[in-house]
Amino acid sequence: MRRNQVAVVGAAETTELGVIPNASQLQLHADAALNAIADAGLKLSDIDGFATAVETPQQVCHYLGIKPTWVDGTSVGGCSFMLHVRHAAAAIEAGLCKTVLITHAESGKSMIGKLPRSTPADSLNGQFEAPYGVYGPPSMFPIPVLRFMKTYGITHEQLASVAVVQREWAAKNPRAMMKDPITVTDVLNSRMIAYPFRLLQCCLVTDGGGALILTSADRARDFPRKPVYIMGTGESVETPMVSQMETFNSSRAFKVAGPLAFREAGIAHKDVDHLMIYDAFAHLPLFGLGDLGFMPYEETGQFIADGNTRPGGKLPLNTNGGGLSYMHSGMYGMYALQESVRQMRGVAPAQVPNAKISVCHGVGGMFAASGTIVFTNER
Amino acid sequence: MAEPQRARPKPTPETQHFWDGTKAGELRLQRCDACAHVYFPPRPFCPSCASRKVSIFKASGRGFLYSYVINYRPAAPGFTPPYAIAVVELDEGPRMMSNIIDCPQTPEALELDMKLEVAFEALDDKITLPVFRPAKG
Repeated sequence: MRRNQVAVVGAAETTELGVIPNASQLQLHADAALNAIADAGLKLSDIDGFATAVETPQQVCHYLGIKPTWVDGTSVGGCSFMLHVRHAAAAIEAGLCKTVLITHAESGKSMIGKLPRSTPADSLNGQFEAPYGVYGPPSMFPIPVLRFMKTYGITHEQLASVAVVQREWAAKNPRAMMKDPITVTDVLNSRMIAYPFRLLQCCLVTDGGGALILTSADRARDFPRKPVYIMGTGESVETPMVSQMETFNSSRAFKVAGPLAFREAGIAHKDVDHLMIYDAFAHLPLFGLGDLGFMPYEETGQFIADGNTRPGGKLPLNTNGGGLSYMHSGMYGMYALQESVRQMRGVAPAQVPNAKISVCHGVGGMFAASGTIVFTNER
Repeated sequence: MAEPQRARPKPTPETQHFWDGTKAGELRLQRCDACAHVYFPPRPFCPSCASRKVSIFKASGRGFLYSYVINYRPAAPGFTPPYAIAVVELDEGPRMMSNIIDCPQTPEALELDMKLEVAFEALDDKITLPVFRPAKG
């Protein structure tokens, strides 16, 4: 795909984030969508392309009153929205539609109108993983981490520092759920969830949503907000069974999606001013830094523990506070994208001065899927 | 009221041989007749070279502890926390999720790379689960 041909011209989260007991999941989609449409200065009738995950496109389009000529229901977990951005950019370039709305919402905490998740007993997961006591993401997502730690000499303290640094970012963000400072000792003394991970190394569980609006870069000049261009994109999937990953020393899906986006954008790692790595659990930024090629895996833990990703550090990472401290409704990818867009617009609560290139890397369905978007505010 | 039971696998035509095997006290894997790739979970073709000529064979049942978590949260039905959810790498190459029996469910006892051997745990008259225990000797 050619770089900088498509731009984000509308971006917004739900009016409230956190605990939202007065709205269904579907209504949260609509709330985010209406906020993004207002942000872009558009009308609902301007939207001719639509993408969402978990909820079907027909469900959300009907509820909103949208008549699309292009839809994408790609649903590969929390990074689905990175894939939607990639697909929407291609669709706009191909002339299939002009203005794409991407929505996410999840009543992850209040569970109002939330679709049930189930693992059929005759699926491969149902036969070969469920019988061993896996019970939700905290019992599955961290399964690779002990092997990763042993292979690369990563310490428990380094993994705890991920949560500490992200809390520093969250403290600067009025919309973050958790803002009180924490220490490595606090993390290592918090309640055990799934060894080696403790409470403060696991994401929050919240309600919320977000929406993006994309159009061609040529049209983007006429919108009220500063356009944020899609510079490069990548995507891949590996396996829905965490036990069947090729290795626990890296994520194959990360290693495909990330470098693809860097190549397409034509950038080197030193060009990255701002980085988002979807952090459902504390090991993901380490996998991301290694798999995206920022540094050898052995150095990832110390890099974060040394403060390189904290406010003022040389590689600002997860600047909204991340899934660990900002919010995590279940499919966090949309919130990572929102923060990248805010940083590129120059309006983030913890703004990185003069940031021109933002890399936003997502994971989905444990390590099942990945999507990477490189944004820039310069065409 | 009966105790809640752990999730019961329901075989499909492609996996029936595996569950027939565990019931007979065998851990069965598949090997590609064309490229010799050994793979899991079961399917009637080779995921490496796409050949449909594959054979079922009895695996050694030996392997080592590749990684694990110890779950402390409210448990899946049939489990009492804390319990380990492990991934075992078999000597033949494939990995599978399992539980480790006859071993304290602690980081001290569960050492990565420790040798394991398969054991079989009958859930009912249809399904027997392969689990692993520290290898003897």
